[in-house]
Amino acid sequence: MNPSRRSPLTWAVHLSVLLLVLLWTLPTAGLLISSLRDKDQLAVSGWWTALSGSSRNAVARAPSAENQVERDGKFVISGNLLEGRGEVSAFGFSSREPTKFKPGETAELNDGERLTVQADGSFEIVSDQRMEGSRGQRIFFTAATPPRFTLDNYAEVLSAAGIGRSFLNSLTVAVPSTVIPILIAAFAAYALAWMPFPGRAVLLAVVVGLLVVPLQMSLIPLLQLYNGVGAFFGVSAKTYMGIWLAHTGFGLPLAIYLLRNYMAGLPREIMESARVDGASDFDIFVKIILPLSFPALASFAIFQFLWTWNDLLVAIVFLGAGDDKLVLTGRLVNLLGSRGGNWEILTASAFITIVVPLIVFFALQRYLVRGLLAGSVKGG
Amino acid sequence: MEQLIAAILTMVAGVLVCAAYFWSTNLVLDWIFPSKGKFGAVASRNLRIANSIRPWLFLAPALLALTLYLVYPVVQSVWLSLHGRGGQNFVGLRNYSWMINDGEFRQSIFNNFLWLLVVPALSTFFGLIIAALTDRIWWGNIAKTLIFMPMAISFVGAAVIWKFIYDYRAAGSEQIGLLNAIVVALGGEPQAWITLPFWNNFFLMVILIWIQTGFAMVILSAALRGIPEETIEAAVIDGANGWQIFFKIMVPQIWGTIAVVWTTITILVLKVFDIVLAMTNGQWQSQVLANLMFDWMFRGGGDFGRGAAIAVVIMILVVPIMIWNIRNATRESGGH
Repeated sequence: MNPSRRSPLTWAVHLSVLLLVLLWTLPTAGLLISSLRDKDQLAVSGWWTALSGSSRNAVARAPSAENQVERDGKFVISGNLLEGRGEVSAFGFSSREPTKFKPGETAELNDGERLTVQADGSFEIVSDQRMEGSRGQRIFFTAATPPRFTLDNYAEVLSAAGIGRSFLNSLTVAVPSTVIPILIAAFAAYALAWMPFPGRAVLLAVVVGLLVVPLQMSLIPLLQLYNGVGAFFGVSAKTYMGIWLAHTGFGLPLAIYLLRNYMAGLPREIMESARVDGASDFDIFVKIILPLSFPALASFAIFQFLWTWNDLLVAIVFLGAGDDKLVLTGRLVNLLGSRGGNWEILTASAFITIVVPLIVFFALQRYLVRGLLAGSVKGG
Repeated sequence: MEQLIAAILTMVAGVLVCAAYFWSTNLVLDWIFPSKGKFGAVASRNLRIANSIRPWLFLAPALLALTLYLVYPVVQSVWLSLHGRGGQNFVGLRNYSWMINDGEFRQSIFNNFLWLLVVPALSTFFGLIIAALTDRIWWGNIAKTLIFMPMAISFVGAAVIWKFIYDYRAAGSEQIGLLNAIVVALGGEPQAWITLPFWNNFFLMVILIWIQTGFAMVILSAALRGIPEETIEAAVIDGANGWQIFFKIMVPQIWGTIAVVWTTITILVLKVFDIVLAMTNGQWQSQVLANLMFDWMFRGGGDFGRGAAIAVVIMILVVPIMIWNIRNATRESGGH
């Protein structure tokens, strides 16, 4: 090891990884920071300026001449440009020179009136004669607003934008869709891994093939089927039951494949010694295999939860786009259309939709990685 | 709240029904063909019969669900693609000939091929580079976690994140989108990026690359660690430098894994739908097959024939990878 020779290259590695990490995290960080900003500031300045506050150019009109008061023989109109927030950095009285004066300075207006603006926004127009005119003097100013962080955006989307409702809907879809396939898949995986029967290799090949069947192939026939069943029983075709079963069906190939690979890797001796002791396949599966397979079950559960929570297509097709049944992803797409410019709404809503998967991700990353490495991925 | 409780109750009921099914069928089987307490020939005959039936009892619910939700729909989609709007009138290959002459379809095919060329290549490339670099530094695992994170974010959520980055304000006013702010800071003109025909495809692809690089990185990182030390040591002794070791010794040993990553992302690209729907909904010439299919499913009350025909095209593009996967899987499990 020669540190003096190694160091430039090591530095290059550190720097390039840092750059890549920044590239990959900045988009999400920008979203999170923006969602916490005051919506007026969010609309006029980039999130990377969030800490430095924003400066805005504005114009205000002083009260009209009727509001003048007489004080020590002079006539005065006073008021405040800012409502207690921020600081004036420059002002002026004509649009040609809106930043001519510094706060505290006095500007000579055209008709003998004098305008003074303080840094806190308070201003006075003083004149020796009674002032006339029904329109107040225009005052141009530049104000720096201090950074302001607030949870208002979240409060607004949770109540008004329907995000709270959709959050419950997403949970309603995702939880059963994650749990139901596990048991079904586990039994099938055990049969494929450890029970000899004719056609096992073919069945396994079919499962591998079904792993990559595009969801698009299933949509129309299943939509027709659901409509038919719904009409037959006289109920709506768009039910939670329908989407749970659909997610179960679509998740099964991955579940079976993952679990089978895992179970096939368990040592044969365990099963043989149990069988010698007189245990049946059913006993072996329930008492030995199922507990041992916990890591694989957890991997699949995480995949399936992320996939059902993040899914948009299946939810729109089988649950519909009705307001009371929209899941979070669907709601977000709607908001993109209807509130496309309101970034305070969009950023807060988006963060609410991604926060649950992110928690799951950070808490259970180990199992997620293990599942990926089990050599099979369905992908969203 | 009520619906959530109902959902959890249904879930518990579903799991119980499944458990009851497996348990009771198993019991019935043992009752019809008892092997305990019987002697010789009867016992072994019963045991053999029971053991040949039991796998199918274990498999039945899964096979039923797979057939109903995947196998039957594939067959039915092909059949529907030969029919008209409502799915009743047989029209032969007319949906396909319509497709070939439809400008939007051809646009989608073109865009899909662009996606197929760019996204798997760049995701795998970045994944490989990051995997190799992070293995050499002490905070590599933290870096990996952060780069892996977008994997947990929905496509729609990612679309919002990136739409914010691509946000456009007229020249002169302050840009709140990061990309335009950088462009303006460098003295350029702000652009409405996602409305630029052709180039907008690439701005949409960035989103998927951003999500998928973490996946590629995780898989490739494990593969790199699995490379036998001796091969690298031998190369070092022979005087190979870092680049040579990486590209001539390490990469060739993980070609198989690279291929798996590449094909997995390819499949995903073919199905990409949410990103395009949320960003442009196919406007400004950014349409792709999956979104076009969704569009036809509901457009004007829905044209099931044309929708199914587009789905079949996606399926046909997937089939080569499907066959390759099946071959690999059968070869692997051949020893088992």
